[in-house]
Amino acid sequence: MARIDLQDLAHSYHPNPASDADYALKPMTRTWDDGGAYALLGPSGCGKTTLLNIISGLIIPSRGKILFDGADISTLPTEKRNIAQVFQFPVIYDTMSVYDNLAFPLRNRRVPEKEVDARVREIAGMLDLGRDLSRPATGLTADAKQKISLGRGLVRSDVSAILFDEPLTVIDPHLKWELRSKIKELHRRLPLTLIYVTHDQTEALTIADQVVVMYDGGVMQSGSPEDLFERPDHTFVGKFIGSPGMNILPCRLDGTTATVGDQAIAVPNVGRPTGNGPLELGIRPEYVTLAPVGIGLPVQIKRIDDLGRSRIARVELSGQALIATVPEGASITGTEASVLLDPRALHLYEGGFRRAPTQEVRPQEVHHG
Amino acid sequence: MDKTENNKAWWLVLPVFLVVAFSAILPLMTVVNYSMQDTFGNNQFFWNGVGWFIELLDPSTDLGGRFFDALWRNLMFSGIILAIEVPLGIAVALAMPRQGWTVAACLIVMALPLLVPWNVVGTIWQVFARSDIGLFGAVVNGLGIPFNYSQNALSAWVTIVLMDVWHWTSLVALLSYAGLKSIPDAYYQAARIDGASGWAVFRKIQLPKMRRVLLIAVLLRFMDSFMIYTEPFVVTGGGPGNSTTFLSIDLVKLALGQFDLGKAAAVSIVYNLIILAVCWVFYTVITQMDAKGRRS
Amino acid sequence: MSLSLKNISKRVMGEDHLQDVTLTLTRGTVNVLLGPTLAGKTSLMRLMAGLDKSTAGTMSFDGHDITGLPVRKRSVAMVYQQFINYPTLSVFENIVSPLRVAGLSKAEIETRGQEAAALLRLTPYLQRTPLQLSGGQQQRTAIARALVKGADLVLMDEPLANLDYKLREELREELPRIFGATGSIFVYATTEPTEALLLGGHTATLWEGRVTQFGRTADIYRVPQDLITAKVLSDPPLNTVSVWKSGNTYRLPDGTQFETGRFAVPDGAYIFGFRAHHAALTESGLGHLNLSGHVAVSEITGSESYIHVDAATDRWVALARGVVKVDPGAPIRLSLDPKRLYLFSPAGVLVEAADAALAA
Repeated sequence: MARIDLQDLAHSYHPNPASDADYALKPMTRTWDDGGAYALLGPSGCGKTTLLNIISGLIIPSRGKILFDGADISTLPTEKRNIAQVFQFPVIYDTMSVYDNLAFPLRNRRVPEKEVDARVREIAGMLDLGRDLSRPATGLTADAKQKISLGRGLVRSDVSAILFDEPLTVIDPHLKWELRSKIKELHRRLPLTLIYVTHDQTEALTIADQVVVMYDGGVMQSGSPEDLFERPDHTFVGKFIGSPGMNILPCRLDGTTATVGDQAIAVPNVGRPTGNGPLELGIRPEYVTLAPVGIGLPVQIKRIDDLGRSRIARVELSGQALIATVPEGASITGTEASVLLDPRALHLYEGGFRRAPTQEVRPQEVHHG
Repeated sequence: MDKTENNKAWWLVLPVFLVVAFSAILPLMTVVNYSMQDTFGNNQFFWNGVGWFIELLDPSTDLGGRFFDALWRNLMFSGIILAIEVPLGIAVALAMPRQGWTVAACLIVMALPLLVPWNVVGTIWQVFARSDIGLFGAVVNGLGIPFNYSQNALSAWVTIVLMDVWHWTSLVALLSYAGLKSIPDAYYQAARIDGASGWAVFRKIQLPKMRRVLLIAVLLRFMDSFMIYTEPFVVTGGGPGNSTTFLSIDLVKLALGQFDLGKAAAVSIVYNLIILAVCWVFYTVITQMDAKGRRS
Repeated sequence: MSLSLKNISKRVMGEDHLQDVTLTLTRGTVNVLLGPTLAGKTSLMRLMAGLDKSTAGTMSFDGHDITGLPVRKRSVAMVYQQFINYPTLSVFENIVSPLRVAGLSKAEIETRGQEAAALLRLTPYLQRTPLQLSGGQQQRTAIARALVKGADLVLMDEPLANLDYKLREELREELPRIFGATGSIFVYATTEPTEALLLGGHTATLWEGRVTQFGRTADIYRVPQDLITAKVLSDPPLNTVSVWKSGNTYRLPDGTQFETGRFAVPDGAYIFGFRAHHAALTESGLGHLNLSGHVAVSEITGSESYIHVDAATDRWVALARGVVKVDPGAPIRLSLDPKRLYLFSPAGVLVEAADAALAA
């Protein structure tokens, strides 16, 4: 178990970083709770892998400290950190059986063979590898190999954090569901802090309690999946989270009326703009509903995509591209239609950053079970 | 992956076929022809059937004894140099840097001995190991250890083995290095997390991943050392006595020294068959390894 | 213009890579080959390109037999998962390289190169080299090169698999427009059901070397002919539960019984199939099928929640709107409108699909 503290942590691959741009990871300070599940999410080059390498001990940060349970481990080698890691491509010891693969980390630490056996069987059971234990590890499928890599990390009882580096890259979609839920289940059963690096928002949101969205070496927003979806702090987060991402429309603002092209839209009161950059209106496609002409704001339909379980319409509102959801059973033909915007889901951005309304409205939360 | 067949492509093979026919198949047939006959010079030949082969494979005869002695020397030589060059080559590969300008420097230095022609290598060592003026030979003698490759069989063997190790270890090292380079960093990282010792990393990751290139290295070195001729010919000429007379040297003595064309032809055919058999063993092992690799 | 494959099979070293594939692909359409790794997508594409020979069956183009015709004599272009470009040539030269090989006039090369670049939104980058571009732009360059020669057949083998999620989304959205603007037959291999649905057009679902179904993507999503097709083209995979029918009563593995008069089929063993988003977490609706189990895991995507449910013999995934917080291990009930149920035989053959209007 470990709480992880990053204190003014930064890294540059240049020996003498002059400006912010020289940092692959810009200075950050934050605390990750013991037993939490965190995802580092962002496009290639956003610094997420650099941060992961600092945590795993592959990189010594050029500035700041990293603490495990209050102890500075910034310069400690990987093998002394009590971490486990699962990589993008499965790492398997080819010449060994599944059993020996799982036992390897324990035998290296001279754990008594009786204890090794008990632990290997327990972990193999959790991962549904029980029947494959005596098989050579080399002939297995990619998802089974990835489970072995995961199992080798979990088999040690002293592991306090498990790191994942895009572990589902080589896994077929229908198996991703299984493996993802397996990771979640294991995290619940074992006392581990989980850190998951990915560029895939679905993976990040579904695995983690807290998602850290990174861009260009800095953290754009860190929050629960719900926060990132309902209240993105920045237009980047709005677009990056959600599939398709948030609609962002340039607008003018007059009190509580935003104007997009020639269309006026009532918005929550966000106070007076400060003049720091252009104003934009943001709304997620899930909160834009396509309706027949005359009901809402007039739009022209460009294309409707049938995604099976839902349909999305690509439309134009005063010349601005907008994505809307087509309600189930609706039959809208021709190019003219209108859209309804859920007023609770409208956000105003100034210079890319969200301006919180003077009275924040939170969408309803349902609780079951 | 199999490619689309275009039958016209067979015509492209024709020149190679002709060259092989003239350079290998026809001469080989001549040799087979000679191996069945005896000659006393003057281009007079007498039919001998499989007589030479029977004599050759019987160690109690003059020809057979000589053949098995030389074969034994060959096998011993190949065994010794493989036992030295393979571990040494792996060790050198492991010690080589993984990145930076030193990689290129190392590779060039390692490639240098490989570029030296066989007879030059022989000449270099002939001088280098001389007990009177050679740096190596004189220094060893100076240390009080008697060393003279033209008088003493052990000295001659040491010289030839050292020469081969000097010449060819870098080949094994370069091949091993290529095998090592193909291991993704994640494996080393995972091994560190798993708490693997340096020896475990070598046994469980590096050696399995190098297995294929090592097999090729062993094959190449075995074949080459089994056919060794030039270097011992230049350094010792097969002596002292017959102590460094390998099959190839003996063959030349038989054919060109004594003009026993029939015996020499029989020896060369058996020599060839041994090499073919070894090749086949290696081929089977490598293809089986490939088939196993593909399934996984 | 159409490409027809009839009873195509491919065996390599005693292993069946493709079995009895029959497909007809028409001009101006995108045809998705959908299936997991090793289902035969790449093998099928290599046959279509003429890179490999089939062991059995025939292939014809516009009625002309082209079985065994080598790749050089076919009009094909290919895009791979890896971004394959000439690293030393400019983007423009990369795009027009097939035209230079064909020996077209300078003016023609210029116009066609510019057209293809504009279609792929590469015009601002034409003077750069591929390595100065992002992954998405590199793959756009490769696609432009495939389109520029106006080949009859354009094959794309998981072209977006090596891209970041958001770049993938962006290019995926543009592809239908690009496909529409050219007159080629497009074949697009992918493992992702969502990608097949987004691209529209037609889909052939592949499983262990066989095409399990071929048709308009939305159609085979709604009416999959068997369980395998339904699972391949559904993300999350279609949920199933075995039932025993006697009269209008269906008995579930956990012993509960359910009455519906919807299926007029003989008594016996069947399999119910249902989609994640059709399983409601609230017990509602008269005559609904109520399934019970325990929560295994819940996943929240921000706007929706996936609840993984462990039942007597199966693991189901239910999709609920909004953020639903449930505790693992807690009992849970799923409610299903019988009109949304799919009925399969025990062998996995579709007996009756969900009601057309509600099958989405």
